[in-house]
Amino acid sequence: MKDLIALIVFGIVVAALPLFVSSGFVLNIVIMTLYAALLGQAWNILGGFGGQFSFGHAVFFGTGAYAAAVLQVKFGWNAWAALPAAVALGAAVGAFIGALSFRYGLRGSYFALVTLAFAEVFRILSNTFDFTGAGVGLMIPLTESAGNFQFTSRTGFLYVILGFTLAACLVAWWLKHSRYGAWLQAVRDNEESAAALGVNVFRVKLGATMISGALMSAGGVFYVQYFHYIDPHIAYGPGVSIEALLAPIVGGIGTLFGPLLGAAALHLFGELTRSFMGDAPGISLMVYGLLLVLMVTFLPRGIMGLLSGSPPVRKGGSRA
Amino acid sequence: MLEVHNLSISFGGLKAVEDVSLHLQQGAIASLIGPNGAGKSTLFALASGFLKPERGTVRFLGEDITGLPPHVICRRGMVRTFQIVQPFAAQTVHENVAVGAHLHHRSRRKALARAEAVARRVGLADQLNKLASSLTISGRKRLELARALAAEPRLLLLDEVLAGLNPQEIGEMIPVIRSIRDSGITVLMIEHVMQAVMSLSEYTWVLNHGSLIAEGTPAEVSNNAQVIEAYLGRGTAERLRRNSVHA
Repeated sequence: MKDLIALIVFGIVVAALPLFVSSGFVLNIVIMTLYAALLGQAWNILGGFGGQFSFGHAVFFGTGAYAAAVLQVKFGWNAWAALPAAVALGAAVGAFIGALSFRYGLRGSYFALVTLAFAEVFRILSNTFDFTGAGVGLMIPLTESAGNFQFTSRTGFLYVILGFTLAACLVAWWLKHSRYGAWLQAVRDNEESAAALGVNVFRVKLGATMISGALMSAGGVFYVQYFHYIDPHIAYGPGVSIEALLAPIVGGIGTLFGPLLGAAALHLFGELTRSFMGDAPGISLMVYGLLLVLMVTFLPRGIMGLLSGSPPVRKGGSRA
Repeated sequence: MLEVHNLSISFGGLKAVEDVSLHLQQGAIASLIGPNGAGKSTLFALASGFLKPERGTVRFLGEDITGLPPHVICRRGMVRTFQIVQPFAAQTVHENVAVGAHLHHRSRRKALARAEAVARRVGLADQLNKLASSLTISGRKRLELARALAAEPRLLLLDEVLAGLNPQEIGEMIPVIRSIRDSGITVLMIEHVMQAVMSLSEYTWVLNHGSLIAEGTPAEVSNNAQVIEAYLGRGTAERLRRNSVHA
């Protein structure tokens, strides 16, 4: 219960922020941090709670982004109507990839490679077909109004992304306090034992992939509405996949607040390096890479592990 | 309760289980013994759905369950433990046992309460909040047993829950296993600790090289010439027999 209260307090504090801060620069950082936390939490649900490390979460992000853009540009849908359709499509892509990989027992690095391959295939497809605007990408028409999911001020976007991120966090909270979540974490730690205790391993993993895919594609929809533009590289390139796994790894995978902490730490860190080292292209990526290596080596449980102060857990325990 | 009929499986050229048939009565406590590599754990894996037999059938509670996936067989009431303990290492003892309890309880609160009761029954009550990875081998064996018990089985397959325990720990576990049977759960155990086999089981099957070579009460089986030979080798068995004749 304490974690739920902390989550609500966090929501209230962020929601009250626009009352005290009017700087567009600061609000933009908050929005982008929440957005990173959303992608991170989506990845965390499959990777942290389910133990299925995806290296191609862009496949869900891009699907959501393109679904929103195509439905608006080619079919004249309202953006709010496109949102649930895009989210459902993200879940469907999750079901497809999950069914395919788990049916054939792909785990660990093999699962990571399959997701990466799917993201690449989708990138090439979206680069080819006119339907998705091919290499040029799709620009959604600018008609700023709340009814159109295009706000005139950053405050509107802040509330929407806060809502999305809180929803993702509530899903993670539910996983910590429900039977399905217990099953998912059991599957993460030992599939054989889970099956011996009556857990339908295939279905549990498939469900996590669908939830993760749905939340990730909500992130894609937000991206399109915020930046009005999507192209194959943004949608399905490795950048988003890495952004999604970075926040939970830095913050603490398999924890409720890890992705939030990780996203905040990374954005703060990113802003600092930018102000110290300027905008030299690639420098922030190098620093991110270094940070990731250091985190995985010295803090395998992320910032949350540091906070809880307990020794790191050897994964797989006695399996040797 | 459990009827295994002509069950066979081979790995490459090795006939791991060959034409094994056995019939386990409801309410019994029975054991499966045999030298290392005799096919005991393989037989468990076949019965519980982790392996699919090449030939033969498994019937449980009167229904054919041959080839069903493990989680379905578990839901029907046959729960197994693993010889090499496989805890959910990153989770606490309480959470581990609750996974078993969730099979019949959707509510988290109920499952946790049930897990606590089961943990107390196997002597893990004071270690509820420890990480499973921090338990001793004896603790892990208890955890393995507790998780399976929490799933409220009708038939419990115990794969060497006493192996690796010291004599005092074995002495503590034997009454626990007996109380499980007394609560109405049928128990079939693979065991090397003969003290436990003798004092607990009412009936014993002996496997060697994948085939059943003897069955009966533990006392009958332990006097069976073939069984002695399987354990000690032909030479030693004959020497023993000669000595007993001369004496």
